[in-house]
Amino acid sequence: MSQEPQLPEDTLPESTARRRMLKAFGWFALASAVPVGVYEWIKNSPGAQGVKRPLRNILNANETIARTYFSNTHLVPTYSVAEAAKKARTNGYDGIKTPVPDDWKLQIETPNRAPLLLTIEDVKALPKQEMVYEFKCVEGWSQIQHWGGVRLSDFLEKYKLGTHSGNAPDPDNTDDLFRYIGLETPDKGYYVGIDIESAMHPQTLLAYELNGEPISAGHGAPLRLIIPVKYGVKNLKRIGRMFFADERPRDFWAERGYDYYVGL
Amino acid sequence: MQRIVHKHPLAIRWFHWINFPVLSVMIWSGLLIYWAYDPYKIQIGDYTLVSFFPDGFYKFLGVSRRLAEGMAWHFVFMWLFILNGILYVGYTFISGEWRHLVPNKNSFREAIQVTLYDIGLRKTQPPFIKYNGAQKIAYFAIMLMGIGSVLTGYAIYKPTQFSWLTSLLGGYKAARLEHFLLTLGYVFFFVIHIGQVIRAGWNNFQSMVTGFELVKPNDPDRPVQNKPVSSEPDAPTDTPQEPIEPTHTPALS
Repeated sequence: MSQEPQLPEDTLPESTARRRMLKAFGWFALASAVPVGVYEWIKNSPGAQGVKRPLRNILNANETIARTYFSNTHLVPTYSVAEAAKKARTNGYDGIKTPVPDDWKLQIETPNRAPLLLTIEDVKALPKQEMVYEFKCVEGWSQIQHWGGVRLSDFLEKYKLGTHSGNAPDPDNTDDLFRYIGLETPDKGYYVGIDIESAMHPQTLLAYELNGEPISAGHGAPLRLIIPVKYGVKNLKRIGRMFFADERPRDFWAERGYDYYVGL
Repeated sequence: MQRIVHKHPLAIRWFHWINFPVLSVMIWSGLLIYWAYDPYKIQIGDYTLVSFFPDGFYKFLGVSRRLAEGMAWHFVFMWLFILNGILYVGYTFISGEWRHLVPNKNSFREAIQVTLYDIGLRKTQPPFIKYNGAQKIAYFAIMLMGIGSVLTGYAIYKPTQFSWLTSLLGGYKAARLEHFLLTLGYVFFFVIHIGQVIRAGWNNFQSMVTGFELVKPNDPDRPVQNKPVSSEPDAPTDTPQEPIEPTHTPALS
């Protein structure tokens, strides 16, 4: 470790020292106006879906950055079933305030193609996956939960969805994929948009079981999204309609000032 | 004539003053975020000693129900905090300024002596060049805390993409708590820092703006350096050392 050097010294006329001080404080005062100016500029900017435009622009830039390191091989850590909460927390009833419709069907829409109507049995026909992971809410709390369902990527492959061509999604042909998948509750009271990469993540599930039991109404019966690469707000309950688009589908919480991407 | 000692390089002053509003925004927006889930408290048995934070505190500051706004500001200004921090750390190490900053084996003993002096239990404080032992420890710790805030922050910002980092920090819940504790640390540092700056007086404070401190002609703490400073320890010599005389400046000054 080298020894601490002495501080350099100077001897100057008093008037020079005084002038230097005044100059430094002048610059300091001028520079202090910059943060005030930045704050005023942001505050007086027009809003963009519940958040000031300059902030929204950076949030969107953050998405671009996050997508450079997003990978299907980055998996959320999983736990043993014993570690899962016996009673999973419910939070938010937007879109599910009415009883579950008796004639529930999953309605799937792709531009220029006939809509597809599927029953819960059609979904359950796919290979079942179980996952115990830490669910994370945008509010800050998290809970280890045990979900069961089918991989959304398996589902899209089986029903040849999410592509312009109408073929099954091909990871090597990303140009053929729609850029977004949109989900809505049957009453359209809650809706989310999800980038297709996150939707195709191997841990993204169409879930119909919680703790080995059919999902209760409060947790999103009969079918909900479980997407560990997103905050809870994107885990739409009681999916009524699924559609594909190249533009961002509308998103309930993004319209209320939250980041659209909210990727974890 | 006026003796001055060049204390803070221009770059360090920029980094210091940029950090002030940026860290303020980070702490403020962090509080807006924390409000949405605020479980931390210090408990002794069933008795809650301190709750982070009582309702009156939120009400007084008007931070309730502003999570989206808090997240937006936090995830915008984090980049400035990171960039300014990288430049500060980089500059400190490349310029050699770190020699004034990084604590050495004597710093901890010095820090105790400085603390005793500060609370009036000791008449003198140990000699120092730029920062005393307590300052070295405090400022170096703040730098490490900054790195800690970025790492714990990223661990809760992208816990799946950087799950190795989140796991390394003890998991998602632990990383959030660590991120919060570091923030409490900044607030604690800020209070002490402001108190000490007021105590140290104007000449010290203004040097963070001007870069230099004025030296009294016969300041016993700053003897005139009429010889280049040797890095060798003083060896005992036969000839008696010349007493250090204060320079006598012309009366006109």
